[in-house]
Parts: sequence; C-alpha cells; structure tokens
Amino acid sequence: MSAKAATGNSRSIKVDYLTRVEGEGSIQVKLKGDQVQDVQLQIFEPPRLFEAFLRGRHYLEVPDMVARICGICPIAYQMSAVHALERILDITVDPAVRLLRRLIYLGEWIESHALHVFMLHAPDFLGYPDAIRMAVEHRELVELALRLKKIGNQLMIVLGGREIHPISVTVGGFHKVPTKADLRALVDDLSWARDTSIAAVRIVAGLEFPEFEQDYEFVSLSHPDEYPLTEGRLVSNRGLDIDASEFGDQFMEQHVKYSNALQCRLRERSAYLVGPLARFNLNFDKLPEAAQQVARECDVVPPCLNPFRGIVVRAVELVFACEEALRLIAQYEPPAAPRVEAPVRAGIGHAATEAPRGVLYHRYEIDERGLILNARIVPPTAQNQKRIEDDLWHFVPQLTALPLDKITAKCEQAVRNYDPCISCATHFVKVERVP
Amino acid sequence: MKSKPGPKDKTTNHQPPTTSHGERSEAPSPRPTVAVFKFASCDGCQLSLLDAEDELLGVAQALDIVYFPEATSIMLKGPYDIGLVEGSITTHHDAERIQQVRRQCRTLVTIGACATSGGIQALRNWKDVGAFVRMVYANPDFIRTLKMSTPVAEHVPVDFELRGCPINKHQLIELIGAMLAGRKPNIPTYSVCLECKRRANVCVAVARGDACMGPVTQAGCGAICPSFDRGCYGCFGPMESTNTASLTEQFRILGRSDDDIVRAFRSYSAWAWQFRQAGEECEKS
Repeated sequence: MSAKAATGNSRSIKVDYLTRVEGEGSIQVKLKGDQVQDVQLQIFEPPRLFEAFLRGRHYLEVPDMVARICGICPIAYQMSAVHALERILDITVDPAVRLLRRLIYLGEWIESHALHVFMLHAPDFLGYPDAIRMAVEHRELVELALRLKKIGNQLMIVLGGREIHPISVTVGGFHKVPTKADLRALVDDLSWARDTSIAAVRIVAGLEFPEFEQDYEFVSLSHPDEYPLTEGRLVSNRGLDIDASEFGDQFMEQHVKYSNALQCRLRERSAYLVGPLARFNLNFDKLPEAAQQVARECDVVPPCLNPFRGIVVRAVELVFACEEALRLIAQYEPPAAPRVEAPVRAGIGHAATEAPRGVLYHRYEIDERGLILNARIVPPTAQNQKRIEDDLWHFVPQLTALPLDKITAKCEQAVRNYDPCISCATHFVKVERVP
Repeated sequence: MKSKPGPKDKTTNHQPPTTSHGERSEAPSPRPTVAVFKFASCDGCQLSLLDAEDELLGVAQALDIVYFPEATSIMLKGPYDIGLVEGSITTHHDAERIQQVRRQCRTLVTIGACATSGGIQALRNWKDVGAFVRMVYANPDFIRTLKMSTPVAEHVPVDFELRGCPINKHQLIELIGAMLAGRKPNIPTYSVCLECKRRANVCVAVARGDACMGPVTQAGCGAICPSFDRGCYGCFGPMESTNTASLTEQFRILGRSDDDIVRAFRSYSAWAWQFRQAGEECEKS
C-alpha cells in the first residue's frame, strides 16, 4: 500500500495491490483539497478468456470447467451452469437432487463467509494485518473461524468429493449421491456451527462501524418460500422483477480501460449492489427465526444501508446456512437415481443463482450435438465494481482530515465490505456475438 | 519430523534450516520466510493453505508468512526462503515479474496446474488469442495478453512442482514439512489407478466403459472421481511415464470420437507435453 502526496493541495491515494481479497486489483483515489476528483477500482488480474475457450466444448464438460473460474466459489459456477443448461434440455431434477444442490451450496456459503468474516475482514476492525497475527491475541476467535470454515468444507467434501473444484455436480443431478448416514454424520458439527454463528453475530455486531449510509439499489434473487440461493426471480428495491432470461435486457456491461473485468450496470439506473446486504434487505422475512431474532437483537434490520455492517449480515447468513443445512439433512431421502438424462437439443438457457458474493448469471447456447456456441458469465464482483467506486466517492470526503495512510487503510476496508473476488470478475462478459 | 504439525503440538516447532535476511520492519525472525505469489489462476491453490484448517496455525508458527496478499496486508520485501507460486504466465508484465520472483526466492515451488502446466487458460495456445479477446471484450485494445499461457518452468528454474487442479492440501503440508526438515517430499508420481485400487473401487473403465484418464494421470487427488462413479478427467496432469497412445486406442475401442479424445487431453493440463502430444497426434490421425 502506498499513499502518495502530490503537489499543491491535490493528493492521490493509491493501494497498489489490494490484500485480503481474492485476485489482483488496486484502487486509486484522486483528491483536490477535500474534493474527490476520481476513483478507479483497477483490475489487473490477467484475462483468462473462459467465455472464448468454452466454445466448442461439450455441455457436460461445462460444470467442471467453469468451476475453475474461482477457487473460492466453484459451486456457485457449477450451480448457475447446470441450471442454465437444464433449461435448454428441459430437465426437471428430482426434489432430492434439488435438496442436495442447496446443501452443497450452503457448504460453500459457510466456508466462504467464515473465511471472509473472520480471516479477511475482522482484522480490519480489530487492527491486525491478518488472521494469523490476530490469532496471537484472539486465538479462540481464529480457531472458531477455522472450525466453522472446516464444517462448510466438510459438507462440500461429503457431497462433492473435495472442497475446491468438487467433482460430483453434473447436468441433471450428481454423479453420486450421499446416503442418509453420510449426512447424519454432519449434524453434530452443523449444530455447533449454528450456535457458534449466532454467537458470532453478537461478536461482530459489537465492532465499531464508520457512520456511512448509501441509498443503494439492491439486487438479489427472490423466491416465494426460501431465502434466495438456487432459484427465483431477480428483484430490486426499485421495482426490478425479471426472470434470469431477461438479464441482458436490463443490465449492460461496460469495458473501461483500467479494468480487465467488465463493469455491469442497470441500463436505466446505473450502479447497483449484489451480495449479502442485498439478499438480507430484500428477503429478511425468509430468514429462519433464529437468524431474524439475533439480527433484531443486534439492531441490524432492513433497511441496513451501511456497507460496513455487511460483516454482521454475513454472520447472520451463516446462521441461515447452518439452520437450512440442518433442516435439509433432516428431510433427506436419497433420490431414485442420482441424475436424470435428456436427449440433446439445440437452444439457449439462462440462470442466476446466489454465489456467496451475490448474483451469478450464466447464459449458454448449444448446438444439436451439445457443443457450446456461446457462453456469457456475469460474476457478482463485476456487478459490484461500479458500486464499490461510488462508495469510495462518497466515503473519502469524510476522511480527508486523516493522514494519508489512515485514509488508504479505510478505503481498503471499504472495498473489503464487498468481499470482492477479482479472480471471478475477470471472466467477463461477451458483448457482441461474433458469427 | 512429522508432516502435519498440529496447532497445539509444541514439539513440532521446527528449528529452521535457514535464517531470514534482508531489511525488515519487524525484528529478524528465526523462522524461514515464505511468500505466496499469484499469476493467472483461480486462487484455489493458495486457498488450499487456508483450507488446511487443522494445520494452518501450526504452519504459521513454523514459518514466517511475510508476503501472501490473499491472506495478509503484510507485504515484506524479499529475499524469501520459500516462494510458492500459483498461476500461469499470460502477460508481458507477468513474464518479467516471474524473473524478479525467482531472484527473490531461495527455493521456488510451483503449486497447481496453472503454474506447472499453463492451466485451463492454456487452451488459448491452439487458438488465435486476438480472436479470443475480441469475443470477450468490447475494446480489445485495452487488453494486454500473451498468445500463450505457459507454466512457470518455461520461464525460470523451479525447485519443485506440486500438481493438481486444485492441489491436495495434505500434499502441500507434506511439502512444507519436508522443506522445513530439509528432506525429499513424499509426493508419489504414479498414476491415479494405484490410489483407486487402494480404495477398492470397481474400475469404471473396465466395468462400465467410462473414458477414464486415471491410467495416465498423476495420483494425489485420492481417486475421487472413480469413487464418485465417474471417470477421472485428468486434473492432476500427466503421471511420470504415460502411455497416452495406448489410452487413446482404448478410448477408440470404447467408441469415443477423435474430437472427444482431443478434448479429454485438452483440459486442465492441456499444455503438459504428454497431453499436448497425445491431443495433437489424435488430431493428425
């Protein structure tokens, strides 16, 4: 990190390499006096060109390939992919398969949120460079975080074979499904995880938060009976209510020179926010009672407009994830077959699911042999990019009295509110179809 | 020494073979210093270190993690005793950066398929990367990328390569333990088939005719795919002595088209020479 003083009364704040985020990016804020002149979230993560090399691959290869976009949230990519491809093939999965998909996804939420809340974000609030140094004085907290994270990973291992790039998810279902006993073996740990998450909400709610609120447009999935995860319509607090297939009509991507990730905006209203804060504000009533209760007790209720409180909302979502996992395990009866197959046919399919960091949209076009003609992937961080910059535009003016290094640290913390996954965001979006 | 030091096991607090050096803002540390670098990748292999939940705090006692942007805001300058490198080289900037990284690291270890073979993004190596960029970006002029995605060892000497997409975290801990003790790491180079037999799996290739890459793929994953009723898809890359020609023939007997076979070799370690050659031979025939 560096904070450079410039000539006159203009100053430049530059974080050359954002740390405790996934991937490579930097931020640059230009100040003249107390006025912010420019904010750039620069993404220099090298392009990997997924949408291009997916062309010509067989659709059955897609879930394993797109997992490689992100080591932190591979299940999210697999889930959006299989749902989109199943729409093309008109496949309806067995209810037990649906249950298992939710369960493995919750494992990823637990792993990812535990990592971010305690190991990447909490050090900002408590004044440490990282969780390992934090462990010297807060050993119990870090050990608790590691155990929580491990329980999420364990769920993914039981259902998917391993925690990073799991191998069991496929179009139509799973390669192999667990027995009831396999899942029952997880219940004690998950019960501990639920109780610990409730305690964790209280711990993080006691941190100190900067006074900062924004009038966000929140976008998330919405389902009539469930807190959003694998299905639902895309909604916002400003009247958006669409099916995933209409994503391209409402959202557009912009390619700016300083970022290798396309910035996604609402066509009519520009920047918006996806992720835990959006889900929480739009779907509070769908949270299980235990999660709602502890959130109310900590005075974190919708509308929650302070992005720094996102750490509390993530902890509330941990409570949801553990509760929901326990509920699903109690209901589980293995499906008649681990997957259903359907004849290949040409077509286009869309899907959006809720990755730990927010809405993840996929669109595929396949030919009559089942080969990919076009792929389009819009990850959550690409969608939040513009909103992150807007937060800094509004947040930095309250910091101008501080020394540059303090401003810089606060800016980094503000970026981490979004748990940005830059590796994901660099897997951009195709703008025009090339014939 | 033990390969997996427990976090509370004081006896595994290793005496390091080397001391740290260079100018530091902290007091000189008696522990070997470690830096973790990222190039083009998904972050999954470096995440494996954080995913070693039972070992992480123990590892952090035995080593001094002084550069690991995904996990810490501490970014000390080199030189470092151990450098772990994730990701492949895909830009001019990264081709220069890996030279600097090599100069800063006494021991340089590459972790994962991207760093050891160019990764999934090496699929561009058979295509026109300019066309690829135009497919994805509205303003291709803004994008700086190399025509090829290449492994680190094509650019600088590498002391050890840990395979896998992703790596196995237990192998990573074993490797770190071995480096601390100054011994050879116990990382097998035989095929997935051996692991599969040890798990007493029924062979999915023989019993069901699945196109399984296990016979030519290096062990390390624990044969998870056959254990989940599917053929191995080769994410640990080629084993030490592959017979890809024989496997290609077997895939043909199983009724796989040449296109299918080329795709099977061209996935997560496509640019590893054994798989590269097998795919290209199949394409020629």
